[in-house]
Amino acid sequence: MNITVCIKQVPGTSEVEIDEKTGVLKREGVDSKMNPFDLFAVESALRIKAERHAQVNVLCMGPPQSIEIIKEAYMMGADTGVLLSDRRFAGADVLATAYTLSQGIRKCGLPDLIICGKQTTDGDTAQVGPETAEFLNIPHVANVRKIIAVGEQDITLEMELPCSVEIVRVKYPCLITVEKDICQPRLPSFKLKLATAGREVAVYGLDDFADRDETRYGLAGSPTQVRRIFPPETNTAHELWEGDGKNLAARLFECLETGKFITRE
Amino acid sequence: MNYAEITREDISFLEAVCGKDRVCCGSRINEDFSHDELSGISRYPEVLVRVTETGEVAEIMSYANRRRIPVTPRGQGTGLVGGSVAIYGGIMLDLTPMNRILELDQENLTLTVEPGVLLMEISKFVEARELFYPPDPGEKSATIGGNINTNAGGMRAVKYGVTRDYVRGLEIVLADGEIMQLGGKVVKNSSGYSLKDLIVGSEGTLAVVTRAVLRLLPLPRKTVSLLIPYPDLTRAIETVPLIIKSKSIPTAVEFMEREVILAAEDFLGKAFPDSSAAAYLLLTFDGNSREEIEQAYEKVAHICLGHGALDVFISDTPERNEAIWTARGAFLEAIKASTTAMDECDVVVPRKCVADFIKDIKRLQDEFGVRIMNFGHAGDGNLHIYILKDALEEKVWVQKLEAVFNKMYAHADSMGGLVSGEHGIGYAKKPFLEKSMGHSGMELLKRIKLAFDPNNILNPGKVCQ
Repeated sequence: MNITVCIKQVPGTSEVEIDEKTGVLKREGVDSKMNPFDLFAVESALRIKAERHAQVNVLCMGPPQSIEIIKEAYMMGADTGVLLSDRRFAGADVLATAYTLSQGIRKCGLPDLIICGKQTTDGDTAQVGPETAEFLNIPHVANVRKIIAVGEQDITLEMELPCSVEIVRVKYPCLITVEKDICQPRLPSFKLKLATAGREVAVYGLDDFADRDETRYGLAGSPTQVRRIFPPETNTAHELWEGDGKNLAARLFECLETGKFITRE
Repeated sequence: MNYAEITREDISFLEAVCGKDRVCCGSRINEDFSHDELSGISRYPEVLVRVTETGEVAEIMSYANRRRIPVTPRGQGTGLVGGSVAIYGGIMLDLTPMNRILELDQENLTLTVEPGVLLMEISKFVEARELFYPPDPGEKSATIGGNINTNAGGMRAVKYGVTRDYVRGLEIVLADGEIMQLGGKVVKNSSGYSLKDLIVGSEGTLAVVTRAVLRLLPLPRKTVSLLIPYPDLTRAIETVPLIIKSKSIPTAVEFMEREVILAAEDFLGKAFPDSSAAAYLLLTFDGNSREEIEQAYEKVAHICLGHGALDVFISDTPERNEAIWTARGAFLEAIKASTTAMDECDVVVPRKCVADFIKDIKRLQDEFGVRIMNFGHAGDGNLHIYILKDALEEKVWVQKLEAVFNKMYAHADSMGGLVSGEHGIGYAKKPFLEKSMGHSGMELLKRIKLAFDPNNILNPGKVCQ
């Protein structure tokens, strides 16, 4: 069985400042890390690998320094890694990103299963996974909160929906995006760091792809335009209640009910 | 000790000082104020006063001193040895409403706070400004006043030291109500006896701390933790002296066993990143760049792998560190939730003796047929050992507890260890302090107490009484 996990490098902290005038993230001096959601995807793949002796390949699109997170995936137990890096990929929106990933996946050979994190912490769209599957013309399941069974021909999953949970079985090849907390990701291993220090990472650019039409990649291939980026307003208003447990509980219930966080049966 | 009982007039006086809504007596006092987190003793104060100003504390102390009413200062009550329990009744001073951060002095790198500010509020405040208050006890909801009064240590003591090392100055109210400033923002001080250092760790028996000037450091930019699995605890602990000897200085060196980790997983409903091994060391390194930290930890990682470690796991992002340290912070609560009752021993022994001491604990567990769990600060020799009651009958439990404690404290003493590393003596550990300090030592403590508090009204019955 072959599994490909799509991973992305994001800023190391969620408290990145934004230049209000230009709307650009101030990345200077900010460390990078693997998108936290992708850790759950890598871990899910490694658990399947342990169970079914699968091959785990990680795929990353980004600037050359993104190779760090592929090495990190090696330290967690991934077998091979591919970096899609080309100046012409820069400035890609969700559509162009998904198209680039789909071309990269075709270049590597379509695996049985593709696993993505549900979303990234810098873009937060949660669209790239499903869009990639559409370009590959394979079925996809988003918001997977549990992998129930990994079969020879198909995989059974719990999909989290706004008001319900759906259990689905989907045939390979397919793509799934996994929720945060589907499992506890393992930590990178120093032993594996030593063991994989010399392991190569394949790097592909636009010229390696089947579709070399530049208008489908990067800024040129992105219909989305970002008008403005700004930090959301934070609300720190709070009130302090005093009283005994019984009265406080009644008041809290009333407050939650008024705010429609809970309803009386 | 003969103390005056609280009268109607006393209540009226307190109400005149603080206002009616901040004075509470009799059955209106919440049960929480009758005990602390562990010590097993319980007594309600006769009156609970929530103070908001140094002036109020001074007026109350002066009055109580004249009337011979015992006064017990209290923060969040998260202590473990009964230090904040009003064992003679009287007045309890709840200092938690004095919770203002008064001044950040960036030129002197000091932070001036009232005693009721919580430890977690301090770290949040200073870290947002790229500054650092290093003491890091597990209980983040404790007040700084409580931390100062127990000289709390915490996990970063290996590299940065303990609370006393970060208290530059104090404002205190003496037993007779006089307000006094000790130390200040100065870095050096050779001006007479260091009263400030005597107040730190005095458990509310010498004076009431009403303001503190804390020393800050620049915040290290990056922190990396190593979680190191071992096939058994002995091999894990035996590596620690080698790490210390290698001259790379981790900020923290903790040890933990699988049993405690599983208890924390259960308690939090969250999985730990790894629980496949019998024992772990948890090391933290801080610094200003990834390269600097990598250099320091790689040396240590090789030492560990050379001495029986199964692997070395690297935790280098906020999410990973949180998964580990949230569990570490919940160990005490998790152990507490896993049994019916427990008592603790907080001894500190020279670092190179930790492995021997822990082997002895394992032996005691078998010898006395009682479950003992422990975790702690391998890097500074401070152990937290919990003796669990489980299904034992009360009488049997008390007997076993006493026997185990006697053996443990005697063993620590023979190694050059001391009774408490960071939780204090309070009420519960007095007999062991007596054994450790001897008659002359205890007499000296008593004379110091008498010099500060001639009428013995401040937190009586604690530490040396």
